[in-house]
Amino acid sequence: MSRSMIDLWVGVFVALGIGALLFLALKVGNLATFSTNQTYQVEAKFANIGGLKVRGPVKSAGVVVGRVATIRFDTESYEAIVSMTIDLSYQFPRDTTAKILTSGILGEQYVGLEAGGDGVMLKQGDRIRLTQSAVVLENLISQFLFNKAAEGKDEKK
Amino acid sequence: MIGAGPLRSRFERLGNTVTSQVWRLGYASRFLVYLVMHSGTAFRRFRLTTAEIYFAGVLSLIIILVSGLFVGMVLALQGYETLQRFGASESLGVLVALSLVRELGPVVAGLLYASRAGSAITAEIGLMKATEQISAMEMMAVDPIARVVAPRFWGGVISMPLLAALFSAGGIFGGYLVGVQLIGVDAGAFWSQMQAAVDVRNDIMNGVIKSVVFGVAVTWISVFEGYDAIPTAEGVSRATTRTVVTSSLAILALDFVLTALMFTGGNH
Amino acid sequence: MQQAQIVEIRNVSFGYDPARPVLRDINLAIPRGSVVGIMGQSGCGKTTLLRIIMGAYFPSTGSARVLGHDTQQLGGDGLYAMRRKMGMLFQFGALFTDMSVYENVAFPLREHADLAPELLNDLVMLKLQAVGLRGAAHLMPTELSGGMARRVALARSIALDPHLILYDEPFTGLDPISFGVIVRLIRDLNTSLGATSIIVTHDVQEALDVVDYVYFMAAGKVIAQGTPDEIRASPEPYVNQFVNGKPDGPIPFHYAAPDYAADLEVVPA
Repeated sequence: MSRSMIDLWVGVFVALGIGALLFLALKVGNLATFSTNQTYQVEAKFANIGGLKVRGPVKSAGVVVGRVATIRFDTESYEAIVSMTIDLSYQFPRDTTAKILTSGILGEQYVGLEAGGDGVMLKQGDRIRLTQSAVVLENLISQFLFNKAAEGKDEKK
Repeated sequence: MIGAGPLRSRFERLGNTVTSQVWRLGYASRFLVYLVMHSGTAFRRFRLTTAEIYFAGVLSLIIILVSGLFVGMVLALQGYETLQRFGASESLGVLVALSLVRELGPVVAGLLYASRAGSAITAEIGLMKATEQISAMEMMAVDPIARVVAPRFWGGVISMPLLAALFSAGGIFGGYLVGVQLIGVDAGAFWSQMQAAVDVRNDIMNGVIKSVVFGVAVTWISVFEGYDAIPTAEGVSRATTRTVVTSSLAILALDFVLTALMFTGGNH
Repeated sequence: MQQAQIVEIRNVSFGYDPARPVLRDINLAIPRGSVVGIMGQSGCGKTTLLRIIMGAYFPSTGSARVLGHDTQQLGGDGLYAMRRKMGMLFQFGALFTDMSVYENVAFPLREHADLAPELLNDLVMLKLQAVGLRGAAHLMPTELSGGMARRVALARSIALDPHLILYDEPFTGLDPISFGVIVRLIRDLNTSLGATSIIVTHDVQEALDVVDYVYFMAAGKVIAQGTPDEIRASPEPYVNQFVNGKPDGPIPFHYAAPDYAADLEVVPA
């Protein structure tokens, strides 16, 4: 194998390898989305975040508008503080509601934003005032049972 | 009471084996440090390293691509069987991609690389030692580690991540062929769910880091075993076997450590 | 700086394993410009001595002065500088199997000198011409016969015009013609390069025809030395047995064994 043939094949090999890496990054992974865009951060407090994870999606009307950046615990109010990174091209009013919802019945949890009507928009570092915590399955069941029991008592009366 | 006798001598032999292995590891580490410090020639005369990228990387292309393709195809077949029982067959793309990018790509490509290229490197260096080519080089005042060993080391380290990426890419393509074309999973769901689930930083980057670590480990073991081989036919064959066995074990052990560091650790 | 003695070995003792010395308090001197043979039975320590001269090993006691320097006092760089003035022919050539004949001979030139391609080509052709293999420049080592491979290795070892050439068993396994070629080359090269040659061998008759002086070794010591004629006529029984190829003498025919009658009576288990 002559020198130039070796060089040629090595060049082809390296090109293929880098091509594979690019393929993985762009077509398989999510490089083409968010990370390159401009974003701003907002916070929200929740009594219970359920199964929400860092890097979980932030959606509005079903469209992904951002990602959960950090999740902290506030020792003063004993609530969870969720920090979100939102794409700069999506502006939300100050009275937007943030709810923790579930995809499907047993899917992953995400933050759903419902826009309010305020004229002033949220800025970097603002806090969303109106929040709704995650629905915890155990509470739901005990509530259901409690209601059923109460109904039964009413009927007997 | 442990007095004299067969039990005691067994313990002695065990202790001996452990100490000699630890000593050997120390020797191998010094060898690696020396190798890296004398890598100037390998980079200044990059032609030497390029030739080694050819022997380690290019000649492994076929086996890596074909194996990757087959692994991806099997993943799709097996994965579909299980996923469709939970009505989650559209997540097939996610299954195939994550399995490959996080684990199978670096690990299986690493194992194949160790058996094909690693053993070849060990045999080559060992035979050069056995036929006195290494001594001849030293006699001609050329440092054999800088001239022979370093280019092979860097050639391997450069080739390995590329091979792992090619394996994963081939596997995903194989998964696509079987999942979408053969079985009939929706193409759109296949790719879009995959894109949503595979994160460049956490999954792909970590996979690349794994393959780099494996590349360093396997190539280090290959060149060291070759250089340290007993210069006879039997010695070289033993060294080649040791390369494949030690590399495989090292890959699996490092994979465990790296996976534990990278992919677990809670949800915050 | 002109030294009278290219190599001086003084009171050198050495063993790969400290408990079993291979060389015991040995003394040798190799004068400039001569062809000296170091001979002896296999295992007498002559190859080890060669390695000490090369600087691959250092004596446990005593000193080895080569080309004016004590090998033990040279650092890594000093050793490499010393070796650039030496050439060594290994027993089976030790050619680099992944390079052609031309590349093999060009190797030391490429590594140590930055030459224009035309000059490099001329030098390589010169060396190959000296050993008679200029026409084989494009062949690969696997395509060469044993004798040819050794000649190429010889061309490679003289590529940098060394002052000292070492030969490790150069005659082993050669047919009579290749033999004659090597013998002629050793003498001619030594003269034309103005160098000194040391031949380590156990091919007695052939070596005695080419060398100026002989050191005879046995069990790590020099037991006889002199010109070839003196060695041929030596009264020393071991030298006598070796030179004349007698099967029995100081080195006995029978390996040490217990009583013969006892072995015949015993049935092996």
